Amino acid sequence: MLSDITLGQYFPAKSFIHRMDPRLKICLTVYFIVLVFSSKNFLNIGLVYAVILGAMAASKVPAKIYIKSLKPILFIVAFTSILNLFYGTGEPLVQFWVLKITLNGILNALLIAVRIIALIFVSSVLTFTTSPTQLTDALERLLKPLAKIRVPVHEFAMMMTIALRFVPTLLEETDKIMSAQKARGADMESGGIVQRIKALIPVLIPLFVSAFRRAFDLATAMESRCYTGGYGRTKMKTLKISKADVITMIFCAVFLAGFIALNIVLPKVVR
Amino acid sequence: MAIIETKDLSFVYGVGTPFEMKAVNNVNIKIEEGEFLGIIGHTGSGKSTLIQMLNGLIRPSSGQVLLSGEDIWKNPKEIRKVRFKVGMVFQYPEYQLFEETVIKDVCFGPKNMGLSDAEALEKAKEALRFTGLKESLWEKSPFELSGGEKRRAAIAGVIAMDPDVLILDEPAAGLDPMGRDDLLEQILRYHKVRKNTILLVSHSMEDIGKVADRVLVMNKGNATYLENTKDVFAKGKELREMGLKIPQITHIMQKLKLMGLDVDEGTLKVEDALTQLIPILKTYSKKGGTD
Repeated sequence: MLSDITLGQYFPAKSFIHRMDPRLKICLTVYFIVLVFSSKNFLNIGLVYAVILGAMAASKVPAKIYIKSLKPILFIVAFTSILNLFYGTGEPLVQFWVLKITLNGILNALLIAVRIIALIFVSSVLTFTTSPTQLTDALERLLKPLAKIRVPVHEFAMMMTIALRFVPTLLEETDKIMSAQKARGADMESGGIVQRIKALIPVLIPLFVSAFRRAFDLATAMESRCYTGGYGRTKMKTLKISKADVITMIFCAVFLAGFIALNIVLPKVVR
Repeated sequence: MAIIETKDLSFVYGVGTPFEMKAVNNVNIKIEEGEFLGIIGHTGSGKSTLIQMLNGLIRPSSGQVLLSGEDIWKNPKEIRKVRFKVGMVFQYPEYQLFEETVIKDVCFGPKNMGLSDAEALEKAKEALRFTGLKESLWEKSPFELSGGEKRRAAIAGVIAMDPDVLILDEPAAGLDPMGRDDLLEQILRYHKVRKNTILLVSHSMEDIGKVADRVLVMNKGNATYLENTKDVFAKGKELREMGLKIPQITHIMQKLKLMGLDVDEGTLKVEDALTQLIPILKTYSKKGGTD
């Protein structure tokens, strides 16, 4: 059950996307999120999808894993789509009481669903193809300018690394604790909402206790290796922009230009 | 009559993914009521998966688990009742502790069974005595206890449900040698008093040799042997091929047998070895005297 959550998990493979500079991948993720949000019609989102799906295929991560990553947010997709369904304008197709469904509403709902799914896919490409270490390394580098105004960038990056690294560990631990409490007859599958929340206490308390224990252990381990923070720390692996990265950047720039041009030209052609 | 019986029991992890793996493969075993069964097997041999299927924590991919002749998954809504009858102590069980006091934590299981507060308290006290946790610790927070004490409190939490079958997965892992022997002793005593069925998973062949009536050997998901402890440990060569060992004393006795001494190659305890070896030594020293 819990092990089904793939969001934010690295999936090692040998692909061109895996080898890309993580800084570029983060920037491109932001780039695609902006594109997805500025896609106001199906032609636009279709184009963006083509590139996203292409990147997903190039990542050599099985399609199943991507589809699995959608599972936890299906509810949000459904919820926002249904809300949008009733906010359409124009001739109502179906109407009951104050709720009316219009063609425009249906299209809007669909567009929203497609957009959210695109967001998940884009961030999945990033997290599946980039190891947590690379990810925070890149973030640290990208945010470095902020260190000038005394933002503790390195410490934030370290916090991120640690947090990401412990996600699978704590998931596994939760599973273990749940099994142990179920073996003692804990009932987590039935009862009302209050009962269900109460049933979580025997899982949450041991989980917190072990999380704290792990934190203290880790702090000791880091201190005993003379970790004192970011000051004066050098990197064994420095990030470098490769030729493939440059080609990707050029492709994305051209794509963006095409995207903008299309949006300027298209309304004129249609009208 | 067999208290637990499995029929073609199998479990496959990650069906339909590249990680698909058969963890348990067509296991057919009968566990007799009141026996002390040891379970041994290399890491990844399917022991943990098997025992979790026996109390309904994992639903088998195919096959059946019969508890006193009835399929435990006949009515999935009643699966909790199976878990009360087949108690399970996981590896490092101390992570299951969560209540304010030790005694409250031990009451968790009995209360889930629907017992009244007074009844649950009675069961809890009895269970704590069995595991030998000092009475002065009962009202303390479980998080204040030492490692060994936590372990005992956690095991008591399962024993308090008074299960017909008690499964223990490496109960002594990580304890010091004294604590190990103590805990094993207590489990054995509990078994003798309650006369219930116990399944003990352990990597320590010494421990298994000391306490088990019969031994189940798991290898690559298969139940390879289920025989009397003596007979299983007589198969030193086969066990070694599976990455397992036999108790040291058994090993020594087998070597002596090979050298031509008249000893029992299924000897499991040092004391038993002594009673065989002392007379032999005496005859040897006599020979030495006359020659």
